[in-house]
Amino acid sequence: MPSTLPEAGAAPVDGSLPETALAEVGQRPFGLYVHVPFCSVRCGYCDFNTYTASELVGTAARASYVDAVLAEIRLARRALGPHELKVQTVFLGGGTPTLLQPEELGRILTSVDHEFGLADGAEVTTESNPDSVDAAALAELREVGFNRVSFGMQSAVPHVLRVLDRTHDPLRVPLVVEWARKAGFEQVSLDLIYGTPGESAHDWQASLDAALACQPDHVSAYALIVEEGTALARQIRRREVAMTDDDDQADKYLVADAMLEQAGLSWYEVSNWARDQAARCRHNELYWTGGHWWGIGPGAHSHVGGVRWWNLKHPTAYIGRLAQQASPARAREMLDEETRRVERVLLETRLRDGLAVDVLDEAGRGRLPQLAEQGLIQQDPPAGGQVVLSTRGRLLADAVVRDLLP
Amino acid sequence: MIRNFCIIAHIDHGKSTLADRMLQLTGVLDERSARAQYLDRMDIERERGITIKSQAVRMPWTVSSGESAGSQHVLNMIDTPGHVDFTYEVSRSLEACEAAVLLVDAAQGIEAQTLANLYLALGADLQIVPVLNKIDLPSAQPDKYAAELAHIIGCEESDVLRVSAKTGVGVQDLLDEIVRQTPPPVGDANAPPRALIFDSVYDTYRGVVTYVRVVDGKLSHRDRIKMMSTGATHEMLEVGVISPEQTKAEDLGVGEVGYLITGVKEVRQSRVGDTVTSQHNGATQPLGGYQHPNPMVFAGLYPIDGDDYPTLRDALDKLQLNDAALVYEPETSGALGFGFRIGFLGLLHMEIVRERLEREFNLELISTAPNVVYDVTMEDGTRLEVTNPSEYPAGRIAEVHEPVVRATILSPGDYIGAIMELCQRKRGQLDGMDYLSVDRVELRYTMPLAEIVFDFFDQLKSRTKGYASLDYEPTGQQVSELVKVDILLQGETVDAFSAIVHRDDAYSYGVALAGKLKELIPRQQFEVPIQAAVGSRVIARETIRAIRKDVLAKCYGGDITRKRKLLEKQKEGKKRMKMVGRVEVPQEAFIAALSSDSGPGDKSKR
Ligand SMILES: Nc1nc2c(ncn2[C@@H]2O[C@H](COP(=O)(O)OP(=O)(O)OP(=O)(O)O)[C@@H](O)[C@H]2O)c(=O)[nH]1
Ligand SMILES: C[S@@+](CC[C@H](N)C(=O)[O-])C[C@H]1O[C@@H](n2cnc3c(N)ncnc32)[C@H](O)[C@@H]1O
Ligand code: SF4
Ligand SMILES: [Mg+2]
Repeated sequence: MPSTLPEAGAAPVDGSLPETALAEVGQRPFGLYVHVPFCSVRCGYCDFNTYTASELVGTAARASYVDAVLAEIRLARRALGPHELKVQTVFLGGGTPTLLQPEELGRILTSVDHEFGLADGAEVTTESNPDSVDAAALAELREVGFNRVSFGMQSAVPHVLRVLDRTHDPLRVPLVVEWARKAGFEQVSLDLIYGTPGESAHDWQASLDAALACQPDHVSAYALIVEEGTALARQIRRREVAMTDDDDQADKYLVADAMLEQAGLSWYEVSNWARDQAARCRHNELYWTGGHWWGIGPGAHSHVGGVRWWNLKHPTAYIGRLAQQASPARAREMLDEETRRVERVLLETRLRDGLAVDVLDEAGRGRLPQLAEQGLIQQDPPAGGQVVLSTRGRLLADAVVRDLLP
Repeated sequence: MIRNFCIIAHIDHGKSTLADRMLQLTGVLDERSARAQYLDRMDIERERGITIKSQAVRMPWTVSSGESAGSQHVLNMIDTPGHVDFTYEVSRSLEACEAAVLLVDAAQGIEAQTLANLYLALGADLQIVPVLNKIDLPSAQPDKYAAELAHIIGCEESDVLRVSAKTGVGVQDLLDEIVRQTPPPVGDANAPPRALIFDSVYDTYRGVVTYVRVVDGKLSHRDRIKMMSTGATHEMLEVGVISPEQTKAEDLGVGEVGYLITGVKEVRQSRVGDTVTSQHNGATQPLGGYQHPNPMVFAGLYPIDGDDYPTLRDALDKLQLNDAALVYEPETSGALGFGFRIGFLGLLHMEIVRERLEREFNLELISTAPNVVYDVTMEDGTRLEVTNPSEYPAGRIAEVHEPVVRATILSPGDYIGAIMELCQRKRGQLDGMDYLSVDRVELRYTMPLAEIVFDFFDQLKSRTKGYASLDYEPTGQQVSELVKVDILLQGETVDAFSAIVHRDDAYSYGVALAGKLKELIPRQQFEVPIQAAVGSRVIARETIRAIRKDVLAKCYGGDITRKRKLLEKQKEGKKRMKMVGRVEVPQEAFIAALSSDSGPGDKSKR
């Protein structure tokens, strides 16, 4: 059969995958993402699929959530076929996964291990908000099997945190990191946001200093994006808050890159820095290198063998489907060869390991000398080499990608 | 017992609404089929609430009172447009009539097109029936405006009729009065037939429908007819009258207004202003024709998607079938690709043509800024006509002529100062000023048409809180100090942005456009200088700084689909860019930079 045509269509009720996709299972590392769609308050800039308690009043969403997740894990196991399929990475993201009890998160990990089996040395991460955990909780999380934690630090400067609607005390960040270390977490990561309206260059340096003082193994630094429909977007429209500025964000990116590199953290993806190869987030690398993962939970996205699908977004709809033994998938798309190639260029160009020149078509390869001359890629790579962005090129990565694609 | 009349007025004074009431009172239109402004048949007329094309209808009428009560008549009524761009529609309608109902909004009084149309009607020797409309409005001042109207026409105040086209009050008396005042048509019933073509319309189902007013003799559906200008003969397939739709008839006699359907395929073969006679024993002397309307305003129209060029060409061919005033020829722009330079009657005409092209033919178009025609004489004596600013010669120019108009502005007296100041700034020469009544002034200026095409009307409206009205007619040319301002991106001239302006305005024009472009053109990977230049002299300069960040630096997790869709959207956006040298200029930048800040037509947003 020739390559399947792209289609964003209905996903089968039983969650089954097409033969073509199943044929690829096992050829690539496999991971699980679990989406926890709960937060205590919604941050003004956030458009993630997450809900506060008051938005879910009168529903059984929170109470039935873990059971539904377990049901989807079983469904995933059935759909992926009879062969052994060890899980290399597990990532609990949100929302705020640590709003669940450590014991609940433990049940999820137990089920993963029971259905699939965790590979030796598997990376098991949870995201966490600094004010949603304490020393005891972190110890318990380590106990139930997590070995990596990513804290949403965002900034160390109170007025910046206020604009972001972050509720935590910045002084708590070093504490939770220390508790995580004491609990025995192997990898600790910090998320930062730069370019928040009102954040001075000095503020940003202070946040970087504060983050580095915690000696994290890994840092993600994201430019603040004003997403449509968020409270932040409304405040900006009403001119209560200034708009973010691209030049300011570019400056701050360069400052971050310099300070992080200086501290021994090197970039491995446009927005990610790690102490060494082992400290890279292997789960995210799955996303960026065409790995396979099943996204469990409301609104979660999955990819197996050129098929991408995504779940119903609302927790009650999600739970309802699983209660009927049906797949919670909302829609799926089957990628044809060219789309898979486009995605490779799109994702791998952003990596320090770079994009294999062979992935480019002739026109794309023809663009390389000019991109090198413009200083956007590190050098004009030889045949069989890799396309790697320069520092300036990282800031213009989307433009480079557009240039490399038809 | 035929009476032929038209309704003329300033825009919006209620002509089409009055026509509605007449259609109902005469029983031509029943309750069920009635709808407001019934004769505004085109979609675009209905949407904008304006009349673009004249419409003739035949109505029976039995006089209801007075000496001749009970006498039966056939009325031919023509509803006309009020907007200045369509004045030629009014003039040709007048030729088919013996009287004109001059309608005036009783809350507004006399306005510029009231006068302009009145003079046209007087020039055509028509009986004028003065009527005040909208007397139902609380703000109506019928006594005041009856006096004003009487003063201008030279009649008694009591001769001015008062109606409400909305409620129907006074319309019955008006119809009786029209019968009384309109001279019956005179013509020789036994002479060879002669009929004046006053409209010619292409209909997808019926082919070309020709509207005529019979002056002498009789045209019957059995005749073969001859077009007197060309001698071409055609078979007559059908004759009839409009009442309110096409109704077949045996023949059309002296004074009658109706339609002919012949075998002709193109409106050009059945030209407005031509005389129709019979092939055998035909007339030898044609009737007086019309002057063909000359385009006054030119603009380039380009498809956003270059592949649409053939569609645009076909669409223009089709529109032209019904729009004799539309002229066009192909042209090429370095920045915009293949398109057409199109001549229009005015800005509203331009706006309407463009909208029809976009809607009826599903095209997306970019239009260059409208300009007028320049007559350039070089030092070596050669002369050329410039309809596209980018073709303005670079060499040694001896003299440039630009078209001028006589502009008539009517306004309440309070605004005289503001208007004079504006006209002066727009290079106007005051020709005269008259008080039409205690508080209504008429100002007459000679002014370059280019200024009117630029933004004069909007300025006039805003400086007079909407109270002033404007009419203008071309009167000739004048020698002016004109220069071409070019816009350069990274040192390359962008032909679509070139404009011809008065020497004194070059600087402010250049600064304004360069500033606007700076806002509209997205940052590129390199710095882009924008310059405005007259010849080799740079008069304004702006710089678009190089872009430094073009990357989604956010956590997007496993939702790769969204990331890819974003890329597709960016790529789509890139396709909509026009390359000017190395600079990517979005279509939107052309559209926004080339449109003046406000719409050209006064009724565009109704
Ligand atoms: N109150 C009131 N409104 C009226 C009367 N006659 C017309 N109108 C309103 O005036 C507006 C313009 O009426 P039209 O009949 O379209 O005017 P027009 O003179 O045909 O306009 P153009 O053909 O564009 O020149 C419409 O909103 C009508 O409803 C009237 O007697 N009384
Ligand atoms: C899955 S999210 C949320 C994790 C966790 N609930 C938290 O807020 O700390 C992971 C990271 O994305 C980043 N992020 C969220 N919204 C963003 C936005 N609008 N612009 C830039 N970064 C954003 C934040 O740094 C956040 O920590
Ligand atoms: S805590 Fe994280 S997921 Fe929750 S609202 Fe804030 S940014 Fe969004
Ligand atoms: Mg009308």
